[in-house]
Amino acid sequence: MKKTVNKTTKNNFITYGMVIAIFAVVQILSSTGNLSRLLTGLLVPICVYTIASLSLNLVVGYSGELSLGHAGFMCVGAYSSAVFSHVTSDLIPSVPRLILAILVGAVVAAVFGVLIGIPVLRLRGDYLAIVTLAFGEIIKNLINILYVGVDDKGLHVATSAANLKLDPGGKQIIKGALGVSGTSTLYKDIKDYFFLIGVILILIVLFVIQNLVNSRSGRAITSTRDNRIAAESIGINVTKNKLLAFTISAAIAGVAGVLYAHNLSMLKVSIFDYNMSITILVYVILGGMGNLRGSILATIVLYALPELLRGFSTYRMLIYAIVMIAMMLFNWAPAARDFRSRIVEKIKGHGKEKEAA
Amino acid sequence: MAMLEVNNLSIQFGGLHAVDNFHMKIEKGELYGLIGPNGAGKTTVFNLLTGVYKPNEGIIKLDGQDITGKSIIDINKAGIARTFQNIRLFKDMTVLDNVKAGLHNHHKYSTLTGILRLPKYFKVEKEMNERAMEILKVFNLDQEAELLAGNLPYGKQRKLEIARALATDPKLLLLDEPAAGMNPNETQELMDTIRFVRDHFNMTILLIEHDMKLVGGICEELTVLNFGQVLCQGETSKVLKDPTVVTAYLGE
Amino acid sequence: MSFISYLKDGISLGSIYAIIALGYTMVYGIAKMLNFAHGDVIMVGAFVILTAVTKANMSPILAIILSVVICTAAGVVIEAVAYRPLRKASSNLAVLITAIGVSYLLQNLALLIFGADAKSFVPVINVPSLVLFGGQLTVKGVTIVTILVCIVIMVGLQLFVKKTKPGRAMQAVSEDRDAAQLMGVNVNATISLTFAIGSGLAAIAGLLLCSAYPTLTPYTGAMPGIKAFVAAVFGGIGSIPGAMVGGILLGVIEIFSKAYISSQVADAIVFAVLIVVLLVKPSGLFGKNIQEKV
Repeated sequence: MKKTVNKTTKNNFITYGMVIAIFAVVQILSSTGNLSRLLTGLLVPICVYTIASLSLNLVVGYSGELSLGHAGFMCVGAYSSAVFSHVTSDLIPSVPRLILAILVGAVVAAVFGVLIGIPVLRLRGDYLAIVTLAFGEIIKNLINILYVGVDDKGLHVATSAANLKLDPGGKQIIKGALGVSGTSTLYKDIKDYFFLIGVILILIVLFVIQNLVNSRSGRAITSTRDNRIAAESIGINVTKNKLLAFTISAAIAGVAGVLYAHNLSMLKVSIFDYNMSITILVYVILGGMGNLRGSILATIVLYALPELLRGFSTYRMLIYAIVMIAMMLFNWAPAARDFRSRIVEKIKGHGKEKEAA
Repeated sequence: MAMLEVNNLSIQFGGLHAVDNFHMKIEKGELYGLIGPNGAGKTTVFNLLTGVYKPNEGIIKLDGQDITGKSIIDINKAGIARTFQNIRLFKDMTVLDNVKAGLHNHHKYSTLTGILRLPKYFKVEKEMNERAMEILKVFNLDQEAELLAGNLPYGKQRKLEIARALATDPKLLLLDEPAAGMNPNETQELMDTIRFVRDHFNMTILLIEHDMKLVGGICEELTVLNFGQVLCQGETSKVLKDPTVVTAYLGE
Repeated sequence: MSFISYLKDGISLGSIYAIIALGYTMVYGIAKMLNFAHGDVIMVGAFVILTAVTKANMSPILAIILSVVICTAAGVVIEAVAYRPLRKASSNLAVLITAIGVSYLLQNLALLIFGADAKSFVPVINVPSLVLFGGQLTVKGVTIVTILVCIVIMVGLQLFVKKTKPGRAMQAVSEDRDAAQLMGVNVNATISLTFAIGSGLAAIAGLLLCSAYPTLTPYTGAMPGIKAFVAAVFGGIGSIPGAMVGGILLGVIEIFSKAYISSQVADAIVFAVLIVVLLVKPSGLFGKNIQEKV
């Protein structure tokens, strides 16, 4: 019995090790001057997308629901944490401020996760997909007309700049479609460590997801994915466990949004669109549903490649689409599954024959 | 007191009386069979007993407690566990995890304990592993604990489903055609296992079955269902000789 | 008078949603899948008409027929290649994700072929406007055609499903696919036919949409497609009159939101409607509850 525990623990540590190894390689390349400026600029965004795809994998891969609104949760996390950072910029030193900002982003995104999850997790999976998509669009629409400012009297919220009625000396934080500017400047002193911070966040996220899925709640979550009625028949509350996975996933997506917002000098809501949600979904599909290491590797490769290969970017989306369809057919079509297991058996059979000989 | 007592149970789908005025009484520790021609409403009775469907009329009492109209989850918590005619395993989970999922409500720790790997996590997981292996051994599945449930051969999948149901520590176990798709050898082995489960766990078992050899071999009492109604009820040997039963099965 | 004018715009937009929603609702009712690429077939249809008329100098009627033919074929091919192999997959997520892939594929193919800039659509529907109330209200010819086409399609489809043999096969497959198969219904052919009809309707929807809002980009179909799905859910998925009523209500809600609240949040309101409907009556106005067989 010890063997099982060791096996999953070992597996978990391979994942941590892989992340640390990649980090080390990048550090060595960077310190020896072998990392182009282009690639250096990609490091933090890669961390952002890695966290986002890990988060989506929890929902898609483990709880078996499709969310098309993960960009919405990132958006909520990004904006709430950016506001927090701007409001507290004079009050708290940058390191604790960033930690608090991350928590703010995670908690706000989690709250939205619960609010969205409660009504829709009772419904069929397709409905969940479309409602999360709708949610992403609603968020985008609303933040597009949202103005937030701060002055001595406190926080002001309005739907136009004029309605903010800030006192002289107050400053606008969210400017509607123009978004939030200057968040990264608030962290000038630790800006160089953002990649390190990103990697640490990835490790924490991995810790949370891996330990969750290999626990009592994780079994409940995967059991509801595999067979909803059977799960209920052994006393597992399907809605509650799906909501748990969804909320944790939303919180993690929020964290990705925080990192994204704080790495940029200009944060605009238009980036958090349907395409972003789909891009993350492609990373999850290509890396393998329920495969965390796969998500990380797929994100790194798919994010970096188009940026590095000029001319590829015109075909990028087309190739994503084809890859997505092909992967789904290959992995899920019963005919393809039979074919693969026949091949596997053949190979195994050959092995046995050789042994006998 | 009877372990299960059902009175006047009815459900209609549209105008169809799928189950009509059904009644049944099972004593503690009994091995009870529910038989009948195809479409007689046997699985519907199971679905009513386990809360998948809500009855239009009638009362279901488990060990004296009224469980009529409760949810699937609450009925399992009250003490009924079941298997399914078309196997419903957690295919992409290991055999061991399937059984541990069944232990969900009996060995508890919080989600946070699990994520943070607090000492309680290790303690409870160890208990769960031991208990799950104990159950798997009964079904000779302990060697396959690490395999994915979906990769088990058919007969073993049926057994694993029983193991998972037992893990919820039920008072009453419902088996929906446990021998379906098994060869005679496997069926014989299954009969021994069912008897062993009854004796070893002191379990009350209600099963639906088509295999008359199995039914005649292990069930002590039978209810025969035809067109949603009770056709005949009583001791197995008597029921099987009843002329109305013979007619229902063989036609006029 | 502005109220009536908005109402007219709403019904017109809603009629387009209704035609798209019919495609969604039929496919969902019969193949039990959400065809995410349905909206993009609209865009394909519109591009076919535009190209045929401007590049090949085809007459509008011929261009429309060509567009319907191509979209119908596209629908059937997509179903056969991408969806059918997954029909018996253990996860129903698989086909949904594949459909998203197909949607993405169509958009990006169009992007490669036609580029990202908006093209202005050619006027193919040349019907004179109707002037009412002594010039206070003008109803454009396109609007009249749109509403009429929508009514004709709905009635026609309803008759087809209820009265013809293939239509009844559709109903049977929608009720219980396995039982229908056992009773001798060719399930694959029936589902193909459903996709053919749905996609043919999408071509018509593309024509009407781009005639009313004459700009065309590779993403033109995506948003109306999603809104039409909202309409289908609103009306009760699987129900033909439901799609019609849901579509028109949604169009009216959208135009009124734009007119009386704010054009920036109109989409948010439309989607909020979806969430409210799912909360209050998940089966929609005309839908029925579907329970999984145990």
